[in-house]
Amino acid sequence: MSQNKITGKVFVVGDNVDTDQIIPAKHLVYNTHSPEERKLYGRYAMSGVPDEESGLPKGGVKFVNGDGFESEFKIIVGGKNFGCGSSREHAPLALQVAGVKAVIAQTYARIFYRNSVDGGFLMPLESVDNIYKSFSTGDQALIDLEKNTITNSTTGKSFTLRSLGDAADIINAGGIFSYARKIGMIQTVASANV
Amino acid sequence: MGMTITEKILANHSGRDRITPGENVWIDVDILLTHDVTGPGTISIFKKEFGEKAKIWDNDKVVVIPDHYIFTADQHAKRNVEFLRSFAQEQEIENFYDVGTPRYKGVCHVALPEEGFARPGEVLFGTDSHTCTAGAFGEFATGIGNTDAAFILGTGKLWVKVPSTARFVFDGEMPDYLMAKDLILKIIGDIGVDGASYQAMEFAGDAVHSLNIEERMTLCNMVIEAGGKNGVISPDEKTMDYVKAKSNKSFSPVVNDSDAIFASERKYDVSELPPLVAKPHSPENVEPAENLSYVKVDRVYIGSCTGGKLTDFIAAARILNGRKTAVDTFIVPATTDVAKGLLERKIDGKPLRAIFEEAGCRIGNASCGACLGGPEDTFGRLNSEEICVSTTNRNFPGRMGSKKSQVFLASPLTAAATAVTGKITDPRKYL
Repeated sequence: MSQNKITGKVFVVGDNVDTDQIIPAKHLVYNTHSPEERKLYGRYAMSGVPDEESGLPKGGVKFVNGDGFESEFKIIVGGKNFGCGSSREHAPLALQVAGVKAVIAQTYARIFYRNSVDGGFLMPLESVDNIYKSFSTGDQALIDLEKNTITNSTTGKSFTLRSLGDAADIINAGGIFSYARKIGMIQTVASANV
Repeated sequence: MGMTITEKILANHSGRDRITPGENVWIDVDILLTHDVTGPGTISIFKKEFGEKAKIWDNDKVVVIPDHYIFTADQHAKRNVEFLRSFAQEQEIENFYDVGTPRYKGVCHVALPEEGFARPGEVLFGTDSHTCTAGAFGEFATGIGNTDAAFILGTGKLWVKVPSTARFVFDGEMPDYLMAKDLILKIIGDIGVDGASYQAMEFAGDAVHSLNIEERMTLCNMVIEAGGKNGVISPDEKTMDYVKAKSNKSFSPVVNDSDAIFASERKYDVSELPPLVAKPHSPENVEPAENLSYVKVDRVYIGSCTGGKLTDFIAAARILNGRKTAVDTFIVPATTDVAKGLLERKIDGKPLRAIFEEAGCRIGNASCGACLGGPEDTFGRLNSEEICVSTTNRNFPGRMGSKKSQVFLASPLTAAATAVTGKITDPRKYL
């Protein structure tokens, strides 16, 4: 995840989107390491968001259409405390499988944040202000990781993101395993992807 | 400058004399807990990263307790338990509580201390957000994801950012209509679902130390619903008595330094608090039960790591004894020990189980049950537009099944009173 710019259509949600909304518990049975079953996490990503809040401001937008496995939205913009609730790593995994590159929220619940970083699933970026009301689902956005900004290309407005801080080392390494290998904490293993 | 309990435990486990909030440290892990929903993914990552034939760092320190999707016909769920079974066998993990055997326990957070794996001064990680429950024993306990757990399986270590400690002091004498659930709902209502984001939440004061161990577990259980990293209660004589009865392993309890620094402190007088309810769809949406008597319910659910311990059922039975339920009422003991307790524990000479049966309740098997919805055939699951009063921990949209359902969170006393009337009811009506 060392690219400096991310572009894509945004999907907008509000505050306190919890992990049951990101991936409902009944779907947690699929094998995350079977290519066929793993795709199902993409299909059901964000399927627990109540219809009226799914794709703000209007709502009623499906994150993944019908029988698809990927979302047309590469960026999720939310409010505060994104990913609260359970420790299920299936939540950032489902978003990654659905094709999400980054989530922007004012704050994150810590386990979701940690899982996103340590598992290398996606970039959990923090906006200085709560900006979800400045985006409409379907707007095009550009995230610039050098300037720490997100620009709503549809309206032309830019917003400041916080720097990644301590997490940058692990994010740039691609997750906790790559990071631990890089600093010599664990040895390279035969079957590992290094 | 002194340290808090949480800071001291993390310092002890990172080989440091002192540490301060905000630092990142690598710590040694005493126990890793996992279950059937998150265990299989953890195992797959462990094998991918450390090799198919890799051995886990310490098979005495890994505890595997299947509890989530147990009593279901879902074939994927059954396969996941089988996955745990073969891993436990391959790695010679003795602390595996297999489904369909006399060792089967049920909800991991309640089973863990029952089996002696919750000990003061230790570090516990678990692949479940309610791992924080074990902070009731004066240890550092918190939930993690599969990748972090796989890292621990291979190394016995994990990095943590040292949390600052927010302190919540409850003084006064606990009224008989109030439970730990009311206290934690009070806090979440006051500070919000992110009010303690990445903080340790310490519970202190006479009222907290007057609570039994199970009630203390309820307090710590829901710190995650305020965004907390961990909950903690200073170990006292009750803690020592409980732990020593369950484990013969030595442990080193720690307490706050007298000059420990707390990020904040809130004080409450429990004698002034009413029974509380969190309305849909957030645990912070808190209001006194007495204000909600207009809410008609379809169902009452008493169970889970939060509200399915023996203390919770004794409380519910105080109200249901000799009364009939007006709505479908589901009783799901957290563990097989609790289920046994329903047979052995009596009120007026009558076992709790008989009290619930005579009241018209439906009694399920020990497991997480419908707390998190689960497969559609899960006992008590909300499959449609039901309105439910539940002793569980979360009421976000769809948490107990359908996203059209509505969940009101309450104590077992309030849930039982509601079961009798069919409307949200302050338990003082029956006490």
